Order: sequence, then structure tokens, then C-alpha cells
Amino acid sequence: MAYILQTTLTLGFVYALVALALFISYRILDIADLTTDGCYVLGMAVSVAFAYQGHPFLGIFLAIISGGLAGFVTAFLQTRLGVPSILAGIVTNTGLYTVNLMAMGWTSNIALLKKETLFTLFHNLGIGGNWSDFILVSCITLLSMLFVRWFLSTRLGLSIRATGDNRDMVRASSINPRFTITVGLVLANCFTGLCGALVGQMQKSADINAGTGIVVIGLACLIIGETIINGKKTITRNIVAVLIGNIVYRFIYAIILQTRILPIDFLKLITALIVALAIAAPTIKENAQLYNRARKEMK
Amino acid sequence: MLKIENISKSFNPGTVNETKALRGLNLNVNDGDFITILGSNGAGKSTLFNAISGNFFVDEGRIILDDQNITFMPDYKRAKWIGRLFQDPLKGTAPHMTIEENLALAYLRAGQSKTFSRISKKDEEFFCEKLKMLDMGLEDRMHTQVGTLSGGQRQALTLLMATIVPPKILLLDEHTAALDPQAADKVLSLTKKIVEENHTTCLMITHNIHQGLQTGNRSLFMADGNIILDLQEEERKTITMEEVLEKFKAGAHKDLDNDRILLSE
Repeated sequence: MAYILQTTLTLGFVYALVALALFISYRILDIADLTTDGCYVLGMAVSVAFAYQGHPFLGIFLAIISGGLAGFVTAFLQTRLGVPSILAGIVTNTGLYTVNLMAMGWTSNIALLKKETLFTLFHNLGIGGNWSDFILVSCITLLSMLFVRWFLSTRLGLSIRATGDNRDMVRASSINPRFTITVGLVLANCFTGLCGALVGQMQKSADINAGTGIVVIGLACLIIGETIINGKKTITRNIVAVLIGNIVYRFIYAIILQTRILPIDFLKLITALIVALAIAAPTIKENAQLYNRARKEMK
Repeated sequence: MLKIENISKSFNPGTVNETKALRGLNLNVNDGDFITILGSNGAGKSTLFNAISGNFFVDEGRIILDDQNITFMPDYKRAKWIGRLFQDPLKGTAPHMTIEENLALAYLRAGQSKTFSRISKKDEEFFCEKLKMLDMGLEDRMHTQVGTLSGGQRQALTLLMATIVPPKILLLDEHTAALDPQAADKVLSLTKKIVEENHTTCLMITHNIHQGLQTGNRSLFMADGNIILDLQEEERKTITMEEVLEKFKAGAHKDLDNDRILLSE
């Protein structure tokens, strides 16, 4: 039981980074950034490939940078070349498949058997014993959350928030929305890259298909969190909701995995259903109310 | 200070939907002018404002602001000197951000804030001071989301945001038309006060001919993408409504289908 709790919390914290990235792109900038899947694998591939060569730290660092670059490509496509934002993400994502294979040395998976990773190095320091992975991951995630909270209250952060809220007003304030969109997407994909990098070294492997559906899971977590932390929507509460959502999602995942009330293969379908229902909820509620009123009136 | 030389703009050129929104328009605005612009729908009033603020680049001609040619400068760069208010009070503010955050963004035009600086106590006091001027009690609601304010309050806030760093020129595109009469009066008197205090050069579109002739020091009448009547200070005081209509018809080279399009109250 302790083991399940530990795994659940660790995964909840580490995947909160993807949800944090989606919080920036989807909630703040109001852009559905579909680079996420490929970007996650890119981070994983770069980090594991470097760890394989004996450079785990450099791997994590470069994974963040390459995630940011992927975000930059998506941003460039939509702000400078007029590609619609969803399409821009899909195009980058498709291209990334080849880039990811290249990063992994043209194999579809790498295993880090008996290689040093960030996690083994931290474990050897003797902090936290069995919980060392969790401690390391939670520190990184909490620091990232603090950073995002701070960043969004700076002048640049305010401009990015306004870009998703009222783009005309951003122009009227003499800020170039192309610039703010680019900064936002680069930052978001840095976090996605970091998440892939950490998961790769923690699980000691990288797989070319590891990213399938990551964006939907991230959105599900974001929405679960927002539903749990309801009430006044402040930036702080929204960022905390990102983490809560992830932990809750991972608990559901663990329960299904343990009890086998559902075959585990169903999980992606269920995740998709959660996301679709959560996003559709306001519309369904409205329609239901209208239908009920109409039925009463027409009697 | 603002010189517009022979600007033209067509939309959908080469198609059946081609519209020539501006046809070789010339305008010379002097420093401190408060110009009202009148004309029926489709006369090109808003298109003229779009051309000045850079929503699009003109097909022909040039626009010069204080001896600087801004014809090909993108809109967000021009926004440093050009403030603009729209008819829609929702257009000028970010609804999910607080009053304070909106003002902080507008104040970026001053170019003094550092990229990673946060809103300081000093900024807060400065914004509070400015909000008091509106006399709407907004200074006590600095941390309220702008989306919860009324249309009149939002438009007053937009006015403050557009002028918190005094622009060289202020464009008012029927900015009181969507407000209730009381709020409209309030916003209009605030506009006059702020414009007077800063000696801001100002262009205002209105559909109310009485307001148009009483406000400011010069009135322009537009039709078919050009200025057809330009009334200066003294002329505006002595001219009768009949004479305006007569001159307007002569300028437009056609009978107006309906005087109401010009004379709406």
C-alpha cells in the first residue's frame, strides 16, 4: 500500500509539469498546443540519450532547451507564417517524431541499465531512503510552480495573460502579441520537455511512443483540478489545482490498475471521456436547463 | 502634427466585393485640435481611424505623425503615441484581469517598467490616484476583475488606460454610443476634462450632429471615403442646420436618401 501511495504521489508530481505547461498554453494563452505529445518524448529522448552517455545533468538541461525550441517552432509557425494554431502544433508534433528517433540514435527505445541517472545520484546521497525519487520530483515541481506564479505577476507575465484575454488590448499597450505568444509557448514546452526528461531518467528508459495521449491526460488533470478547487479563480489557486488534479488522476489510475475493475487498456478511452465530458459540462448543463424550462412551459 | 497625405484603401480588391473605403483622403491635424468627425455608415470614418492606428497598411499615400513617417509601422508600435477607444466597451480591457493589472499593462507604454518587475506599492498609489479622478469608486476595487464592471465603468477605465501615458493623439470611435445616457454624459465629460488637462490632440467620431458641432474646435463631414466638408471654429458657430445639409449634399454629389443618417440624435 505504501508503495502504491509513493508511486502515485511521485507520478502525480512529475506529470503536474505537463499540466502546468498546458495551464500556460491552454488556460493563459487560450491556445490548444498540440506540440505537447512530441515535445514530451523529445525531452525524454534527449535526457535518456545523454544519461546513456554518462551525462544525466546535461541531459535534463538540454531536454528543457530542446522542449523550448519545439515550442518556438510551433510559435513561429503560427505567429510569423500564419498557420492556424492547432495545425501549427500538429505539424511540429509530426516533425518531432523523426527528430525524436534521431535523438535516440535511430532506435525506438533506449534502456538505461546500470547507468547513472539524476535519481540514482540523488538516492546515493542518502536523503529520504525509499522516498528519494518522490522528494526530488516534488522539489522540482514545486519550484516550477513557484516560478510560474512569480513569472505571471511580472510585467512580461501580465502581458502574456492579457494576450489570452484580449489581444487587441495588448497591441494597444504597445506590446507585440507575437512576442508574448512565443514566450508563452516556449516556456510551456520547456516544462513539457522537463517532464519527459524526468520520467525518462526515473523509469530508466525512453520509448518513441511514450507521448501518445499525454496532452489529453494533461488536460484531464487540469480540468479535474479546476473542478475540485472551485470558487474564486486566482492564479495561485489555479496553479495549485494543476497539482491536485494530477494527484487525483494518478490515484484513479492506481485504483483501476490494482483492483482491475476495468481492463487497463481502457484507461485512455476513459481519460478521453473525462476530458470530453468536463469540457462539455457547461454546455450540457445549459441545454438541460433550457429543455426542462421549455417542457414545463409547453405543458 | 498629424499629416495624412492622399491615402487610399480598398478591401477585397479585384473581386466583386471590392469596396474603396478611402479614396485619396488628405487631412492636416494641428497640435491641440479636438476634431469631430460626422458621416453616414460606410463613409469611411472608422476606416480612417484604422489607417491611423495601423490595423492595416494603406494602399497609397503616407501618414506622418510629428515629422515621423509611420505609414509602414505596425500597430503595436504606433500604440505608443496613439490611444484609441471603441464603441464596444469590452474591447479595451482584459476581463479576467484586475483593474490594477489592466492599468499596469496600459502603463507599459511609458517604457519605464522592467520586463520582470512586479507591481510595486508606488505603482499602486499612482493608479489609485488616477482612478480617483474618474469619481466612480473604482479606487476601492483595484483587485476586482474588470469583467464584473458595468459598461460605463469599463469605458471610463479604458479612457484612463488610453491616457494614463498621455498619447500624442487620441482616437474616439463613438466611444459613448453603447452606453446609457447617464454613463455616456459621464464618459464624455471625463474625456473633455482629460483631453483639456493634457492638451491632447483628439479625433472623435459621432453620429450626433449637435454634439459634433458643439464639441471641439473643428468638424469634418465624410462621405464615400473622403472628407467633403471641413468646418473650422467660427464657421461652426454661425452655420445653420439647413446650410450644413446643403453643403453636405453639394459635397457628396448626391441627394441623401434620408437626412436621419446624418442627423440622428
